[in-house]
Amino acid sequence: MSELSELMEQATSQLNQANSLPELDEVRVHYLGKKGLITGQLKQLGKLPAEERRGAGQEINKTKQALAALLDERKLSLEADALNERLQNESLDITLPGRRMDTGNLHPVTRTAKRIEEIFMQLGFSVEEGPEIEDDYHNFTALNIPEHHPSRASHDTFYFDDGTLLRTHTSPVQIRTMENKEPPLRIIAPGRVYRCDSDVTHSPMFHQVEGLMVDKDVTFADLKGILDAFFKAFFEDDNFKTRFRPHYFPFTEPSAETDIQCVLCNGNGCKVCGHTGWIEVMGCGMVNPEVFRHVGIDPEVYTGFAFGFGIDRLAMLRYGIDDLRKLFDNDVRFLKQFA
Amino acid sequence: MKVSEKWLREWVALDTSVTMAEIEHQLIMSGTELDGADPIASAFTNVVVGQIKSIEAHPDADRLRVCQVDVAADELIQIVTNASVEVDQKVPVAMIGAKLPEPDGKIFKIKKSKLRGVLSQGMFCGSETLGMGDTGEGLLAIPDDAQLGADLRDAIDLDDVVLDLDSTPNRADLLSVAGVARELGVIMQAPLTAPEFTAVKAELDETLPVKITCDDLCQRYAGRIIRDVNTQAETPKWMVEKLERSDIRSLGPVVDVTNYVMLELGQPMHGFDFDKLSGGINVRNAVEGEKLTLLDGKEATLRADTMVIADADKALALAGIMGGEESAVSDSTTNIYLESAFFVPHKIMGKARTYGLHTDSSHRFERGVSPDLQVKAIERATQLILEICGGKPSTITDTIASDNLLTPVVISFERTRIKRHLGVEIEDERVEDILIRLGFTVVGNDNGNGWEVTAPIFRFDVATQEDLIEEVARIYGYDNIPARLRPMVPMVANKSETDVTEDSLRNLLISRGYNEAITYSFVPPELEVLLSPDQEQIKLSNPISEELSIMRSSLWSGLIPALDKNVKRQHPRVRLFETGLSFLKIDDQLVQRKKLAGAITGQLYTEHWNNDNRDVDFYDVKGDVEALLAEATGQEFEFVMAENTALHPGQSATIISGSEVVGVFGALHPAIEKKLGLDQQVFVFELDLVLMMDKKLPAYSKLSPYPSIRRDLALLLDKHVSYAKIMKSLNKLNIDALKSSFVFDVYEGEHVEADQKSIALGLIFQDFSRTLEEEEISGYVDSIITTLKEESGAVLR
Repeated sequence: MSELSELMEQATSQLNQANSLPELDEVRVHYLGKKGLITGQLKQLGKLPAEERRGAGQEINKTKQALAALLDERKLSLEADALNERLQNESLDITLPGRRMDTGNLHPVTRTAKRIEEIFMQLGFSVEEGPEIEDDYHNFTALNIPEHHPSRASHDTFYFDDGTLLRTHTSPVQIRTMENKEPPLRIIAPGRVYRCDSDVTHSPMFHQVEGLMVDKDVTFADLKGILDAFFKAFFEDDNFKTRFRPHYFPFTEPSAETDIQCVLCNGNGCKVCGHTGWIEVMGCGMVNPEVFRHVGIDPEVYTGFAFGFGIDRLAMLRYGIDDLRKLFDNDVRFLKQFA
Repeated sequence: MKVSEKWLREWVALDTSVTMAEIEHQLIMSGTELDGADPIASAFTNVVVGQIKSIEAHPDADRLRVCQVDVAADELIQIVTNASVEVDQKVPVAMIGAKLPEPDGKIFKIKKSKLRGVLSQGMFCGSETLGMGDTGEGLLAIPDDAQLGADLRDAIDLDDVVLDLDSTPNRADLLSVAGVARELGVIMQAPLTAPEFTAVKAELDETLPVKITCDDLCQRYAGRIIRDVNTQAETPKWMVEKLERSDIRSLGPVVDVTNYVMLELGQPMHGFDFDKLSGGINVRNAVEGEKLTLLDGKEATLRADTMVIADADKALALAGIMGGEESAVSDSTTNIYLESAFFVPHKIMGKARTYGLHTDSSHRFERGVSPDLQVKAIERATQLILEICGGKPSTITDTIASDNLLTPVVISFERTRIKRHLGVEIEDERVEDILIRLGFTVVGNDNGNGWEVTAPIFRFDVATQEDLIEEVARIYGYDNIPARLRPMVPMVANKSETDVTEDSLRNLLISRGYNEAITYSFVPPELEVLLSPDQEQIKLSNPISEELSIMRSSLWSGLIPALDKNVKRQHPRVRLFETGLSFLKIDDQLVQRKKLAGAITGQLYTEHWNNDNRDVDFYDVKGDVEALLAEATGQEFEFVMAENTALHPGQSATIISGSEVVGVFGALHPAIEKKLGLDQQVFVFELDLVLMMDKKLPAYSKLSPYPSIRRDLALLLDKHVSYAKIMKSLNKLNIDALKSSFVFDVYEGEHVEADQKSIALGLIFQDFSRTLEEEEISGYVDSIITTLKEESGAVLR
């Protein structure tokens, strides 16, 4: 029997020395395989006297089982080692950049226009569009700006030889909407507008949003309320201040210019706001009954307000852009800042 | 209009404690903008009137001179200067200790000093040093009668502020001192103190006959002869100063007086040399082509739609715009004829501009000069001329050519209208008070629901109830109207689920690495010629420049230069897109189409440490286009070789949907790249947004539980046979079990003959009701091979 314990000792020593699964398997085959040494012991049982056979057989099986258990244990350990090694080998520098298509982004003016649209849509307005080459009627006459009217002088209009023109404001869209739809109306119309003026603070092309609300009981107080709510939402400040000053536009009456608190100095006065604390951003007012008559809406039944303001200007104020011309230069170093 | 604060205070009794800041605020909040409120001079101290007694050369400096100056002190003081000065000249002297504020806010202090070794006890001042604007070289001129040693502020009356009022075009009544004072009286609640003047008695009986031929344009013309006028007399200092503060130069007493009265009362006037007139005055339309040399020395060729003041022989002046040179008052004039007229505003509007002119006179007449001012203005001017130049005035001829010229507008004003427009109730007393102080006559109406309101004759802008509401509102204060967020009946925006939104297309391009650009809608003509040679150009009549003169027929005209500019700014990889209108002439009709366009160049990816990178090619731009078109689900798009002269003929495609051309894309033509000086190959696309804005509503279809089976085919065929042709043949077979087919390899080169290519197709078969049998599939594949062989000459490899 001493042979058996010797074999066990030998096998244990060998399996501990086995450093890989194939090596370990060799140890298993050497002792427990069909022709293995311990298996061989079983074959020799027949040579023993019958009364010893049972005991010896049990002994061999016990050894066999013990060795098998040791082999399994060693196998698990070797497998764990192998996995660990693999994991270590496969370890990456996870700080290196991944593969991707770099994403682009919206132009700051579009980004601002989208934001304006979203806020007004929450206020119940829908978005309308119109042509950019306009006729005189929709750009001026229907808006109560007759030919030679002094207020036309401030429009610096681009003309074509056939008398059509590039719209100088988005207001023609309110005319077209009122021509085609029945009140109640709540629309905004963002888009390109053109004036033949070009310097540091003027671009021959810029963007405006027109707004129009027509219903049976729309008042100046509603105009103030909507615009006040809009600017508070736009600048994300519940205490944001707006101010309305009387002004003159042929298409509204009463008319107002709207100032917002200077976003650079919070209304305390700085160079940008000319030390007034206020920045002029829009013109607005109650729709002039003359305009209603032009589009066939009865001013005795309906009232309405309209407003128009520059998108570029709001984008510049919001993002701190100090040069209007940068907006249309399309330098990707500039564009990518608005991701 | 620029006007001195002091002058205004002569007309309205503003409390002395009222600051300029308050006046500014009240003006702004009642609708009159201020372009400026500039003190005449800076807040300097210790500058006095001095007189130069002697001048010596500086011993050590050629350009400096040493002056002994009398400042009415015990002794003369010595000042070293480089200014050009003369003995006896009166000069402004900044004494030792004087503080001179500089434009940047710093204060310059005058100290005793030595200039090149010679003591200097002060400094002479030019106008710029004193904050009076840069009026050129030299020292500020001091009148001879200024008292020596007197504080300069008192000596030449510098404690004044010039208000630069930017009144709105409807407020013709704010173009005079009288009008602004009236407005200030209302908004500052101050009484008016208009200076009284008495009409001078006529001394001569003679008159000049006046005929108004064009009585639709001119409805009142007042005139007066004044004989024996000394036109050499000097305009008094107080008048010159007021004129200057309103930016009007003194040009001799008669012109000065007419300008003064225009500023004071708002009535533009003109003085003729009476002896140059022949026969009576005729206010008539010009004869087409008639010539008239104007006061600015330029000869105008007149049109028949232009009104002139003429005598029996010739046109004398462009009515309401500018006088003529020949009949103008000159130094040799002794007898003058004063004119003061009323022209119908909307008839004279724009006329000055057609002659390239804009004058103080036309500015006022176009907006409206009160028709009750003409005689008053002549009386006032006569009084001033007689004071300054002497003379004998005739009786005034006052010709009125309209019966209802002085009939005021009466408006029935319903009380409820105020709340209907403003959303706020304003008490009757307040409404009446505001209107009355603005010069309106207000009487309660018979049925008790409001008022009969008579507008003052000078308010050309008030004719309706809304005009009155505006007046009430602006004086009541917009600040006092509450802001109301009205409860609203919800209006659900009718956005369809089957609309492709611009936002979704934009976002798709953004995630594919595009930056959005916004380029001008007008582009250089040569770029349009290159990119769209067949397009009729839509040209602006008055462009900013030639470079910005043609409306773009394609968004590429903006995008390609923008792309190139970036490449040349060391950004070789650029991907830009833009949405906007393109402007086309189709069958002579203007078409404004909404387009989405893009342009790419450079490498596909930004540089990466582990990436197969390469320059973008046709299939990259096509992939972007396909991704965009895929938004319009359910729409079938076909790609055919493009015939677009701007694009590479072998690498460009037109996108067709039904009978419409949805867009075009491809490589820019190498010849155009060369002409534009592009350094890299550029790929572009442009889609018509209107034609791809519909997509289908998703509809569920059942999934097969049975396995799908794939067969691959490697085909050899002529290299000019298109993939689309093969797919067409395949689809024509209408094999239900063929669920999808795709190309997974295209090969030309070694082992394939030169005019051939190898295409590998993947075919996926599946049935809904059962697993497909091997023989069935082989049958399908055989029929496919046969068809492709027949129709495209394809053989199995």
